[in-house]
Amino acid sequence: MNARGLGSQLKDSIPVTELSASGPFDHHDLLRKGFSCVKNELLPSHALELSEKNFQLNQDKMNFSTLRNIQGLFAPLKLQMEFKAAQQVQRLPFLSSSNLSLDILRGNDETIGFEDILNDPSQSELMGEPHLMVEYKLGLL
Amino acid sequence: MHPWNAPFRVPGSLVHTRPGPPSQDWCSDCCGAGVAADAEMTTRMAASNMELHALSTGREPRVATVTRILRQMLFRYQGHVAASLIVGGVDPTGPQLYGLHPHGSYSRLPFMAQGSGQDAALAVLEDRFQPNMTLEAAQGLLVEAITAGILGDLGSGGSVDACVITAMGAKLLRTLSSPIEPMKRLGHYRVAPGTTAVLTQTVQPLKLELLEETVQAMDVE
Repeated sequence: MNARGLGSQLKDSIPVTELSASGPFDHHDLLRKGFSCVKNELLPSHALELSEKNFQLNQDKMNFSTLRNIQGLFAPLKLQMEFKAAQQVQRLPFLSSSNLSLDILRGNDETIGFEDILNDPSQSELMGEPHLMVEYKLGLL
Repeated sequence: MHPWNAPFRVPGSLVHTRPGPPSQDWCSDCCGAGVAADAEMTTRMAASNMELHALSTGREPRVATVTRILRQMLFRYQGHVAASLIVGGVDPTGPQLYGLHPHGSYSRLPFMAQGSGQDAALAVLEDRFQPNMTLEAAQGLLVEAITAGILGDLGSGGSVDACVITAMGAKLLRTLSSPIEPMKRLGHYRVAPGTTAVLTQTVQPLKLELLEETVQAMDVE
């Protein structure tokens, strides 16, 4: 790792779930996340982590700016409005949504990538606690 | 790691070797070197994407399309997907051959070899390749080049398969040649039971006590 470039490799945000008021050792899932370490919060653990995390965002930015240059301002605005509308079509929070209309808008219905083969959220073995998740979403919690 | 060779420009057709069956029936094929799992998954995903692309455009896919899809994926992962691939095929623009490298670069050449055995195979190819060879001459040259890779490189081994691609389709020729005979064992190494004599035998029973017994009834409604 290039020591001079460390600043450019900082993650965008430190996950707040690790800093809970009930103590530094509670709520830390040792089996899944390993030992807690400040370095893991600050630096990416793989060279591609940041680029993959922001890949969809960067692709969208690039495509929208190209579209704006070719077809004018309204074209990306209209597309982004459609994206926002499609993103709101979701099932209950503890169930996985198919995001069919969003996939069609993005063109993902005609491609197969690693996200379709590996770690498919519809085949996840775990589910969140339904009552708590719905109450949180409705603001009752 | 499998050694494999690249198509030669035979008029209207291409010949190259392949480690496994062709992933699709199209007039193009793809074989790979590098990390074997990476190459395998990459070619299978590319095959699926090409099938979907052909269904949505309603046209026969082109070799350049396959190459571009693979290149974009390999570049996205900056070489961490360690797959070197050769894509060859026949499409309306003619027979083509592209070699892809793990970081996403490609080159279009009349003949190509990749993988750990590439130096040996390329040496044979560069020496004896002629443009517009006949199919038999091309197959003979291919077998020689791969055999050079098998015999000269530790990471390459096994037999030579070839895939002949014409405008009509791809035909896989399995095990065209197997350059190395399996080694014959010098003696008989199986031992009959009872060969080793039992001198003494001692049996020590383990005494176990039941310390605690708990019964938990299951709540069935």
